[in-house]
Amino acid sequence: MMHGFGGGGGGRGMLHHYQDTDGAFFDPKVAKRLVGYLQPHWHRMGLAALFMLASTATKLVTPYLTKQIIDVYIANSDLHGLLLISLIAAAVYVVEFYSNWKESYLLSWVGQRILNKMRVQLFEHYQRLSLSFYSKIETGTLISRVLSDVGVLNELISSGFINMISDVLFLVGTVVVMLTISWRLALLTFAVLPLMVLATYLFSRKAKGAYRQTRVAVGELTGDLAENLSNMRVVQAFVQEDSTHKHFETLNRTNREVNIRAMMLSFIFMPTADVLNVLATTIVLWFGGRWAAADELTLGVVVAFVTYVTRFFQPIQDLSQIYTTFQAAMAGGERVFDLLDTPPSVQDAPDAIPMPTIEGHIELCNVRFEYEPGVPVLDDVSLDVTPGQTIALVGPTGAGKTTITSLCCRFYDVTEGCIKVDGHDLRDVQVRSLRAQMGMVPQEPFLLQATIAENIRFSRPDASEEEVREAARLANADEFISKLPAGYDTPVMEGSSNLSQGQRQLICFARAILSQPRILILDEATSSVDTRTEVLIQDALRNLLKGRTSLVVAHRLSTIREADQICFIDQGKIQERGTHEELLALGGRYAALYRQQFAQAE
Amino acid sequence: MKTIWRIVTWMKPYVTREVLAYVTVLVINALRVLTPQIIRRMVDEGIEAANFGWLGILSLALIGLSILQGVFHFLQGYLTEWVSQHVAYDFRNALYRKLQGLSFSYHDRSQTGQLLSRATSDVDRLRFLTGRGLLGLVDAGLLFLTTAIVLLRMNAELALIALALAPLTFYLATLFSKRVRPLFRESQNKMGEVATKLQDNLVGLRIVKGFAQEPAEVVRFATVNEEVFNLNVRAAQERTFFSPFMSLIANLGAVLVLWYGGSLVIRGSITLGELVAFNSYLLQLIGPMRRMGFLTASLSQAEASGERVFEILDAESEVKESAEAKPLPPVQGHVTFDHVSFRYFGSSAPVLSDISLEAKPGQVIALLGATGSGKSTIINLIPRFYDVTEGRILVDGIDIRDVTLQSLRRQIGIVLQETSLFAASIRENISFGRPGTTEEEVVHAAQSAAAHDFIMSFPDGYNTLVGERGVTLSGGQRQRIAIARALLMDPRILILDDSTSSVDAETERLIQQALDRLMAGRTSFVIAQRLSSVRNADLILLLDRGRIVAQGQHEELLRESGLYADIFYSQIERRAGADGIAVPAGGQA
Repeated sequence: MMHGFGGGGGGRGMLHHYQDTDGAFFDPKVAKRLVGYLQPHWHRMGLAALFMLASTATKLVTPYLTKQIIDVYIANSDLHGLLLISLIAAAVYVVEFYSNWKESYLLSWVGQRILNKMRVQLFEHYQRLSLSFYSKIETGTLISRVLSDVGVLNELISSGFINMISDVLFLVGTVVVMLTISWRLALLTFAVLPLMVLATYLFSRKAKGAYRQTRVAVGELTGDLAENLSNMRVVQAFVQEDSTHKHFETLNRTNREVNIRAMMLSFIFMPTADVLNVLATTIVLWFGGRWAAADELTLGVVVAFVTYVTRFFQPIQDLSQIYTTFQAAMAGGERVFDLLDTPPSVQDAPDAIPMPTIEGHIELCNVRFEYEPGVPVLDDVSLDVTPGQTIALVGPTGAGKTTITSLCCRFYDVTEGCIKVDGHDLRDVQVRSLRAQMGMVPQEPFLLQATIAENIRFSRPDASEEEVREAARLANADEFISKLPAGYDTPVMEGSSNLSQGQRQLICFARAILSQPRILILDEATSSVDTRTEVLIQDALRNLLKGRTSLVVAHRLSTIREADQICFIDQGKIQERGTHEELLALGGRYAALYRQQFAQAE
Repeated sequence: MKTIWRIVTWMKPYVTREVLAYVTVLVINALRVLTPQIIRRMVDEGIEAANFGWLGILSLALIGLSILQGVFHFLQGYLTEWVSQHVAYDFRNALYRKLQGLSFSYHDRSQTGQLLSRATSDVDRLRFLTGRGLLGLVDAGLLFLTTAIVLLRMNAELALIALALAPLTFYLATLFSKRVRPLFRESQNKMGEVATKLQDNLVGLRIVKGFAQEPAEVVRFATVNEEVFNLNVRAAQERTFFSPFMSLIANLGAVLVLWYGGSLVIRGSITLGELVAFNSYLLQLIGPMRRMGFLTASLSQAEASGERVFEILDAESEVKESAEAKPLPPVQGHVTFDHVSFRYFGSSAPVLSDISLEAKPGQVIALLGATGSGKSTIINLIPRFYDVTEGRILVDGIDIRDVTLQSLRRQIGIVLQETSLFAASIRENISFGRPGTTEEEVVHAAQSAAAHDFIMSFPDGYNTLVGERGVTLSGGQRQRIAIARALLMDPRILILDDSTSSVDAETERLIQQALDRLMAGRTSFVIAQRLSSVRNADLILLLDRGRIVAQGQHEELLRESGLYADIFYSQIERRAGADGIAVPAGGQA
């Protein structure tokens, strides 16, 4: 969003600073990878190639048949034969039709398949990338990679490559014929080719940057749109339709202008082959004519050559068309591969073992953590949690409480020190096997756009309906869910707008309970709920915490008091630790906090 | 066809350039005819006549001609692209504008992913249509017609035979569009689902990872994608059929001509030369037929996309500004609900029934009640995020439906329960409601909201980026920025939805003080779950299932309302009992 202010609205959404580094015709690595996607479909591509050959063959045969009709059957007044050969011609056309149809169908099929694969691949990669990656890039940009950047690859992959092959074959064939007929005229014709190379070189130097800009522009446009659509309520509440629209309009205009510019380059480039075609024709006629006059060539050869020059430039013209498609696809491919090549910062070690069944012993040994190098968020934090204990993390905003829980889930890796569960360093086990045994309740009770049942079942997709209900009962959610007209099948709307804060929390509890985690990470929601719901939540919390090791970023006094250990955290360090009574007796910062809030309640 | 026509009307503002583009089509076609003639003359008059001076001149003419052709090709491409990019731009702007104007009930029902895919990929289809699509169709159609006329003049009988199948193709074309359009439409809908799924996943990635559910998510995503694939392949089966089929029809026409014409030649009605000449012209029909086949598919595609785009543009906002709406003059803050009832769109169950209340200027109205009792609905009705179903709401005695939305909302400050911030700097977020505010005002608002100190603790201070690419703020910090944002509006009417719930106690006290100062002189509607913050309200409304079950001041209600007393004592119990102190559900974030 955001109106003209806030500097540098330009290229912030990018992963890298794209520069127009060189004028290479194309990046062979990108091209090679694109071709790699075709490999699994070689049989379909082969079949398409056969159909292509068949249709080319029919194109060669039909003029011959026409010639036969005229020269032989009509000339000989053979009515019967005329009918017969007409039928044959019709049959050949049917074959041509069928081949063309099947060829493009197969190519579309492969194109769609690859598109599909790339989308899913990107999605899979999004699942692998660690959370630190997502703090640097907008959701809208990531969406645009999957929808739009992948889309521009489609045309190239499906029809582009095979057309290129057929064009090249056709070109080689024509060259051979031309050289055979008259090598001198042939070489004269080829003399214009360096100009073509030069034009291509100049074009691609400009085009590369221009097409990249179009990809960046559409990414930013999508990003802005996504953000504003999800914040539409705020925009309307603050009557900022005009200013956000103005910003969108700017991005929209930029998108329009860079697209026009990129296409303009193509439009300058594409007629080049046409002009060179005529230039070559003129050269052939000029020199050929003189040689013919000097009886070094027959006039027939010169006339035939004019036709061949046109045939020679036809595929070149096609290739230049494909070439612009290619430039667009390259820019898209680059962005897609760039993303696919970003390694997740949290990765399983090659020799990582699956985490055995967790007892629930968590140790933090001298943990230091920095999001930004040199700015520690946690410094020298040590903590020992014995199985079944509940640890309450308490402290002011920004103290590092949530970071501790994130590290225990290995959303990030510690900068120094280590975290162990049952004696296993988290970096030595497969991260998914670890998380599969952990349950989490986030501070913002996030639900997916699916039914309530699906949301609860999310943590354990194979759970039975009865288990889902049981989890909901333990989470005190069953009562309100059952009262909904569609019960457990009620769809959760975007932003969970059809559920209250309290209801969302209870569903999140049910989701965590269902997974029967050995370790529970609970970030208590801070938004308040009405008194009755509060009672339900507290009761559900007891069910949730029972019998498992729990790390709780706690805001409720009930939770804090019942904890086995309270850690008061401030400025990235554990300042005080002990039970509620111990800390009160200590008379430190926790006690101050307690008194303050107690006083506030009075 | 109606949809196509409607899309075409969007090109109206650019009619001059569009006409010029069509002129280039004519020029290029004319030039195209010239080239073979010059070449023939070069051979006949230059080479054969050994007139090399003339050959030179013709050569130059040929090169000049091709350059001219190139220039016109460029112009054609440029003009077409220019127009279609502008049309796409207009469509996107219009969609954006429209979506901004649609009331909350529309956004309650729609998914961001779906809207996103309409504004991007559907608009792209429309761009193609208004650009190369239409031009290509006209070009092909023109070539087809001129060729047909030439053929008719050469030999009407043969021409009619050759063109006999043409009406059939037009019939087939309409049949074809009818068949594929639903497929295209369905496929675009599915793409919208892909976008929705993707967005949903990215927003909730922490949960996905936390529960190690990545594989299940991939399966879900892949499933929707597979459906897209199947639809697209089905559409491809139809789409790829049509273009070769059109050329088949043209080719069969040519064979028919050769056969019938051949028999005419044999019978002596026409000469062989006539037939050959006719046949060579006939071959020129195939190209345009083929292209028309291809473009018919694009046309159906654009039509399907157009339907999706117009669906948004035609959506009626349930909250509409009346034609004679006047700006609301600066208000005192007298808010009256007069027998107000409200039902959500498409729902029969009333959320509010017969609500009447009066808030005098400067009063603090506290709304209390269980989840779903209608508290949020009441405050959503005041800025007209929704319109009442029955009854009316008056501000300073003026029905809010009689004034412009802008003038109404500008005088209302809102802190919503969900504190959504933008991916921008903190300063931009605070000054969101009043762009261009001075630095002092921003800082002052932040100080009043007890946000200044934590903002200054960031290295970049007020320039710190928040949101997706910036620092991650805690719930409490976000809320304080949202409060500062509302304070900066200096509203006459203030709406606070749980605004102080997620800050630590010390901050809460600071905010409470700031709010107390701020609420003085403003009419405030406060939804709060905690009695402490409603005790001092001028009027407490206790809501239950959409009705006001009790109203009055704290002491009064405590005496008279059993339900209020229940809530009050249960909360007192909760605080003083085993659970002890307040940590008012929101404690020390």
